[in-house]
Amino acid sequence: MCAAVNFDISVWGGMSVDQSLLLEMYRRMGLVRQFDEAVQKLFNSGRIPGSAHLSIGQEGEVVGACMALREDDYMVGNHRSHGHPIGKGAGVNALMAEILGKSTGVNQGKGGSMHLADFSVGSLGESSIVGSGLPVAVGAALGSQMQGNDRVTLCFFGDGASNQGYFHEAMNMAALWKLPVVFLCENNGYGVTTPNNRAAALEDISARAAGYGTPSSIVDGQQCLEVYDAVTEAVERARRGDGPTLVEAKTYRYHHHSEGPLYDNMTYRSDEELAAWKLRDPLLLFREQLADSVAVADLDRMDEQVKQDIAAALEFAEQSPLPEPEEAYTHLYRTPVVVIEGELSNG
Amino acid sequence: MANITFLEAVAQAQREEMARDESVFLMGEDVSGNVYGSSGGLLDEFGPQRVLDTPICESGFTGVAIGAAMVGMRPIVDYTIASFMYLATDQLVSMAAKSSYMYGGQTHIPAVFRAAMFYNGGIAAQHSDRNYSMYMNVPGLKVVVPSNPYDAKGLLKTAIRDEDPVLIFEDGNLWGQKGEIPDEEYLLPFGQANICHAGSDVTIVAIAARVGESIKAAEALAKEGISAEVIDPRTLVPLDTATILESVAKTGRLLVVDQGHRTCGAAGEIAAMVAEKGFWNLQAPIKRLTAPDMQIPFSSALERGFYPDAAMIALAARELIEE
Repeated sequence: MCAAVNFDISVWGGMSVDQSLLLEMYRRMGLVRQFDEAVQKLFNSGRIPGSAHLSIGQEGEVVGACMALREDDYMVGNHRSHGHPIGKGAGVNALMAEILGKSTGVNQGKGGSMHLADFSVGSLGESSIVGSGLPVAVGAALGSQMQGNDRVTLCFFGDGASNQGYFHEAMNMAALWKLPVVFLCENNGYGVTTPNNRAAALEDISARAAGYGTPSSIVDGQQCLEVYDAVTEAVERARRGDGPTLVEAKTYRYHHHSEGPLYDNMTYRSDEELAAWKLRDPLLLFREQLADSVAVADLDRMDEQVKQDIAAALEFAEQSPLPEPEEAYTHLYRTPVVVIEGELSNG
Repeated sequence: MANITFLEAVAQAQREEMARDESVFLMGEDVSGNVYGSSGGLLDEFGPQRVLDTPICESGFTGVAIGAAMVGMRPIVDYTIASFMYLATDQLVSMAAKSSYMYGGQTHIPAVFRAAMFYNGGIAAQHSDRNYSMYMNVPGLKVVVPSNPYDAKGLLKTAIRDEDPVLIFEDGNLWGQKGEIPDEEYLLPFGQANICHAGSDVTIVAIAARVGESIKAAEALAKEGISAEVIDPRTLVPLDTATILESVAKTGRLLVVDQGHRTCGAAGEIAAMVAEKGFWNLQAPIKRLTAPDMQIPFSSALERGFYPDAAMIALAARELIEE
């Protein structure tokens, strides 16, 4: 399903591409959207402890980039990454259970919303320390290079993370060692409430790639296929051993930085700006593109399937047991240590 | 048996483990150049990828080590000076220590982080840190403090084979110290203290280079008829509390000797543990000898006296006996 099929949008008319791949993209974008909508409802009803960072509006770049990967490739997310494991192929049941802190969650209730990870599909985890996933992704790519396999690592990070030292250190090492990594900047325009033009001297994050001799491109993050194309090219380059690429996807989050009342009366962005972006909703745009070659009834059927999958995930999560309190003391270490009066875990 | 230095013991451990397991590799600034002497010959034997020189970017290359460990490699990171770890502390704390737990055991980080502590050598505040206690406060890390060449080799080999992140603090004052190393392979377990000098009047728990000073003190005290037991915990996480408590049960007196700062230090943790679990065996208040809560000055005229030496340790032990 994730075979590297390179889309050329200029010639694409529904004839020259794998339709099952397109439908799978549509399905995953729908799952990402509806997953976050369900999380929002859970949060508003007080069911989710802590915080929730939704990526509604960013599904095009999330799924477009992930679908350019092979199943055995790696992906590193960030604090706003409920959808990234879904894009990489993870099942939604264990992700939803994790959001509710259940024992059947991907992390058995130990990670939650900001740290979803499904290593079984190459999702190497999401770090909620902004920027810290960048060098980790470079390290996974170094591991692949040293092991002599041809796996590629895709690293998602935001415009805010690009101002961390991590970004520059990671870009430098990846370029220096020609590592098979693709840096995908999800430029949604804001770091919490600070617009990018008040945080960075240059408008385009991609311009920084030149400083590391690394090719880069800017894509419309609301156009799933445009992202898919650019990342596919970057993945092929990485797999050939020609090193990293930086792809900057211009996108937008419809919600504030995180859920809850904290941002209710914030005026850092206008209603008009939000409305303008919603006119270019990635799911609507993709559906319009697909309508040329896929029957509307098929798309509706897919929407219904996604709805049922999310409902089933909610049901699974709700019905799953909470972890036993003693589970708080497992998984700290893999190699058992001497346990003296319960001071140390040997999880 | 061979008589080799602490640093040669470290180099031997690295070479043996790299030869044994091709997923083991060394990375850090200038590692191929063997600047300090722990990586001699490794470049020729294992090549530039497994003896990987990094740019000067501790936070970044620590993250790289963690990512590589996530996909099956076993990096040894050489920070050279322990003070440089501060640049990497976000990765050590937020990623290395937390990944196994936070991701529910889906991954683990088998990485070794080597840091040398140089102090008492006129390199001033920013290069003289003895900072193991900071990382004892981070669940998920293991903290190792070898005090001699034999332990340095055996503990490092165990660290490399351990599935969790291990921080090894090498006392720079010991790098040149020689010791006997067996010809055959050996490993030393974590969480097992070493009773370096047996005694019955007072227990002295000492860390890294303070172990040698404490043994000297115990030998001097023996001539006065005072029998001191010197315990080297070898690893601070996990800590062999049983050996320390058994010794205190026998002696009734505890002196903890630590070159780290006093507040929230390793000595304080060991003292608190004995106060909680061995209180009724104590015949005198617990005593700590540490560096003062003061930055490290440059001039040797100022730095002298900052770290407990044999004379200071013997004096403190005598005071304990007289309590």
